[in-house]
Amino acid sequence: MRASFVFSEVITGLRRNVTMTIAMILTTAISLGLLGGGLLVVRLIDRMQTVYYDKTSVSVYMTNDISANDKDCSQQLCSSLWNALRSTSGVDTVTFENRDKSYERFKEMFAAQPEMLKVVRPEGLPASFRIKLTDPQRSDVIVQAFTGKAGVKAVDDGRQVLTKLFDLFGGVRNAAFVIALLQAFAALLLISNTIQVSAYTRRTEVGIMRLVGATRWYTQLPFLIEAVVAGLIGAVLSVGLLLGAKTFFLDKMLDAPIQAGIVPQLGKLDVLMVSPWLFLTAIVISVTTGYVTLRLYVRL
Amino acid sequence: MIRLEHVSKVYKTSTRPALDDVSVELDKGEFVFLIGPSGSGKSTFLRLLLREEVPSKGRVYVSNFDVAKMARRRVPRLRQSIGCVFQDFRLLSNKTVAENVAFALEVIGKPRNTIRKVVPEVLQLVGLDGKADRMPHELSGGEQQRVAIARAFVNRPLVLLADEPTGNLDPDTSQDIMLLLERINRTGTTVLMATHDHSIVDSMRRRVVELHLGKVIRDDARGVYGVGR
Repeated sequence: MRASFVFSEVITGLRRNVTMTIAMILTTAISLGLLGGGLLVVRLIDRMQTVYYDKTSVSVYMTNDISANDKDCSQQLCSSLWNALRSTSGVDTVTFENRDKSYERFKEMFAAQPEMLKVVRPEGLPASFRIKLTDPQRSDVIVQAFTGKAGVKAVDDGRQVLTKLFDLFGGVRNAAFVIALLQAFAALLLISNTIQVSAYTRRTEVGIMRLVGATRWYTQLPFLIEAVVAGLIGAVLSVGLLLGAKTFFLDKMLDAPIQAGIVPQLGKLDVLMVSPWLFLTAIVISVTTGYVTLRLYVRL
Repeated sequence: MIRLEHVSKVYKTSTRPALDDVSVELDKGEFVFLIGPSGSGKSTFLRLLLREEVPSKGRVYVSNFDVAKMARRRVPRLRQSIGCVFQDFRLLSNKTVAENVAFALEVIGKPRNTIRKVVPEVLQLVGLDGKADRMPHELSGGEQQRVAIARAFVNRPLVLLADEPTGNLDPDTSQDIMLLLERINRTGTTVLMATHDHSIVDSMRRRVVELHLGKVIRDDARGVYGVGR
């Protein structure tokens, strides 16, 4: 196999239908960019989950009776609950917060809204246990074990609010994947079409190649490499697209929440970590599409 | 060198066979004319030898290739031992004369220094030395056919198939092309030429195989085109 020959055929092929090639590259770039975006959202969600779940805790609220009469959880019902919580597997720490403390915390939280403070009396707030888990994902164990127990008014899984938030992110990610998939389909059709056009414009060459006994590899490889080269250029563009979107759009948009520590920052490293997958996808898609097209639609 | 045994070929789109129980044998180094009117099966005959088609019945041998039965991946080997020339030359218009000839070797993976050596040799053989850097459109029809012949012969094939090689040329130029084909034949290459050209067949007095409606109706060792045609 003469590499220089195949290489020059590839260059000729790409130059000869330059508009199709550009369309193919751009479509591939957009579809890979969306795929990369989806993958970045996945990374973001993972990181946010660790950050947020570390901050969340499960709260077990006591009945009014305990809240009113047992300020330090020394009575039998409360302390047995405390012990039971501490001995539950997966529980890291358990802290007791009596009614007064709850009210103080409430006052801190709503210091800016005095009208709330007017409405709420300490008697309305229950005492509670705040439970930190070694694995925040397993909060439902606590919820199941302690809901409805004697002395327990309610169990609040702090994770639930976050779950809704992450569901939203998951939706964004899925939408990105679906659009990426549709775009990938368009890219696939374009690759297939470009190869067919390319084969048609070179039918004389290919006819002669077959006639003088060139092997299938020799006749088909230039077309395949053409598709792969276009795919790889598309992948490079998509990485550029992601870096651009990150630097000029995402970083600016999310500047305040990032500074506040609400949203973790996506680094250039994240984009680079995602990019091998984009390159791999580009190669796999272009090779398979190219091969199938040559087998089914082009008689070489 | 070439042997067809009871070969029939029926195309899906036609009820009449293109070739009907044809048996012919060509020896190594022979020069054979394949004649007959349009639709008599000449092109099918040539396409079967190249394994562009497979016979519906019968067997085809070229050299030691069992053409009809061979695996697809071996077809390139077969074609490397057959040179082909056509009425319409089939040159690549964006390549020079030398590049056109070299192309046939490049695509079968011949080393570059071999190509550099044999291309000028074959151009000299066909009488095109000095025109290596011309583009096809700068050449006359006869010269273009010489390039095509050079390309067909550069890999020293065992067999040269020529499908109406003089069909687009005037009588004098045709005569030159025939002389060139004869010269190639003298190197030991079997030449099979499909033609309609009476005067060439009559003047060369070589073996003539005549096809009519897919059947061999004549096989003369030193024949002419035919009476009343």
